[in-house]
Amino acid sequence: MAEVAEKQVKQKEPLFSKKNKGLMTDPLFDNNPITIQVLGICSALAITAQLKASIVMALAVMFVLAMGNVVISLMRNIIPSKIRIIVQLVVVATLVIIVDLVLKAFAYELSKQLSVFVGLIITNCIIMGRFEAFALGNGPWKSFLDGIGNAAGYGLILIIVGFFRELLGSGTLLGFKILGDPIEKTGLYAIGYENNGFMLLAPMALITVGIIIWIQRSRNQSLIES
Amino acid sequence: MSLKDKLHNLKEQYKGKKMAPAFNAIHTFLYLPNETTHSGSHVRGADDLKRTMNMVIIAMVPCLIWGMFNAGYQHYSAIAGGTPEFISFFDHLKYFFTLDNLLIGAKKVLPLVIVSYVVGLAIEFLFAVIKKHEVEEGYLVTGMLVPLIVPVDTPLWMLTIAVAFGVVIGKEVFGGTGMNILNPALTIRAFLFFAYPTWMSGDKVWVHDAVNRAGTPDAISGETMLGMLAQKKELAYGIDEAFFGFIPGSVGETSTLLIIIGAAILIFTKIASWRIILSGVVGALVMGLIFNGVTAQGWITEGSKFYALMNLPFWHHLLIGGFAFGITFMATDPVSGAQTTKGKWWYGFLIGFFAVMIRVFNPAYPEGIMLAILLMNVFAPTIDHYVVQGNVNKRLKRLKVKTA
Repeated sequence: MAEVAEKQVKQKEPLFSKKNKGLMTDPLFDNNPITIQVLGICSALAITAQLKASIVMALAVMFVLAMGNVVISLMRNIIPSKIRIIVQLVVVATLVIIVDLVLKAFAYELSKQLSVFVGLIITNCIIMGRFEAFALGNGPWKSFLDGIGNAAGYGLILIIVGFFRELLGSGTLLGFKILGDPIEKTGLYAIGYENNGFMLLAPMALITVGIIIWIQRSRNQSLIES
Repeated sequence: MSLKDKLHNLKEQYKGKKMAPAFNAIHTFLYLPNETTHSGSHVRGADDLKRTMNMVIIAMVPCLIWGMFNAGYQHYSAIAGGTPEFISFFDHLKYFFTLDNLLIGAKKVLPLVIVSYVVGLAIEFLFAVIKKHEVEEGYLVTGMLVPLIVPVDTPLWMLTIAVAFGVVIGKEVFGGTGMNILNPALTIRAFLFFAYPTWMSGDKVWVHDAVNRAGTPDAISGETMLGMLAQKKELAYGIDEAFFGFIPGSVGETSTLLIIIGAAILIFTKIASWRIILSGVVGALVMGLIFNGVTAQGWITEGSKFYALMNLPFWHHLLIGGFAFGITFMATDPVSGAQTTKGKWWYGFLIGFFAVMIRVFNPAYPEGIMLAILLMNVFAPTIDHYVVQGNVNKRLKRLKVKTA
């Protein structure tokens, strides 16, 4: 029996086996960090008033989470469990500072707009959650995929919320005036349309996330808690 | 075949089918249901939910009619360059109840009523069909409240969006009528207020056509009394005009006299809680007195931006703005308000208290009553919890004394 088990372990798993693919795609929908696990809500409310900020935030979290997962996974056997939280914090902090400095160097305006929320990636529950729940118990490749998947799930919601908030709140997308010019009264504004100022306030982000959760759960009844 | 039979046949025909709730709703809206209880307790009362709701609508109809005349009255007064001098109420009515005034009112106010009902009821029917429950009656009152609490020039498409938002997010997501945390009508108004602030406050929206005239030589200013006070301008209207309702404001909220009549109907038919109304008035008076005391002491000088509103005689707060309308028709909403007797006293008192406080301290939100009611809607279950717990503790103590 022992021999058989060993053979199975030694059998090399393909890089994108079904299980590994699941690590990436599960968090996109049925195990989404925001809509199902309800993690990372703070930044989803704070920075989604514009699509550009949402996309940059999603990429930043993806970088931090994927890299962090790999680093933690590589060190998982040598981290004493009593101080693992501190080690994790050091890893996240390092990566977040890298992101912050890169943004400051190459996208200063955007970095000012995201302000403290880049620094606050460190407190994003998703990151510590994945370190604890996945990277400490799995190899680097799987941890990398898991990080990408979870960050993508997080980013997907951010981008959806950012899309609707910027479109309905400012009438623009990525800064382009999609619905016309509100001052010169062109496009939709010519017939009396006005931007919805409520969409730019944080409560509307919460309601948008709520509506996404509502749609998701009514399409997939198994997600509803009894 | 009479209409009743036809509707009944339709109801039978669609029994168990998808559209059944819609036909049931039409049938029971017009006639008494022809079903009787088969088991359990047989409590008979003529005042089912539909009759209750209709009674509230009847109480609001005087305000609606007044609002229609007032729309025209304000419009023509603004064109003439000012309201006619106010001598006495009955004398003034000859300027007020004219056909021209009514025509403007019908042109501007009726579309608001129609849009509010059509959009709101369409969503109610849709949810009833999808969720397979009977159509609930809650929207009958909300649909009437909404046109009464918006400015007369509110664009209809904005109202459509706001009503859809208010009904879906304010009510249906919580499970429909009876389950909502917030008053749906106020949710709709709050949505309008935060989404399109330029259409819900300022001096251009309260009088019909003022928006189009802004910037031209014909520009007219139609601020509400609260707006004038917040801007520290001299009041253009006397407090008696405010009581009778010859002032600009949201469609149905201006005439305190007619609101008192509505309140009397609701209290007499035991639909609204007189405790909430009374304690709300007391709360507003207490807060008003506190502010009057502050200015009398000289702690706030005339230079302060709060001075005009703080120095307003305390009882004037009851007559200007939407206070009377809110405390009568919306604070008394049996679903979102406090349920316990003692809780109602606290709930009403705090609404009045906060309404005047928000009014004075935040001139950007002149309508404090809306925010005060929404705030207390959220806290109503907490108030009830403490009232019930207080009762439990009192009884436990009594038990201990007895057994000891």
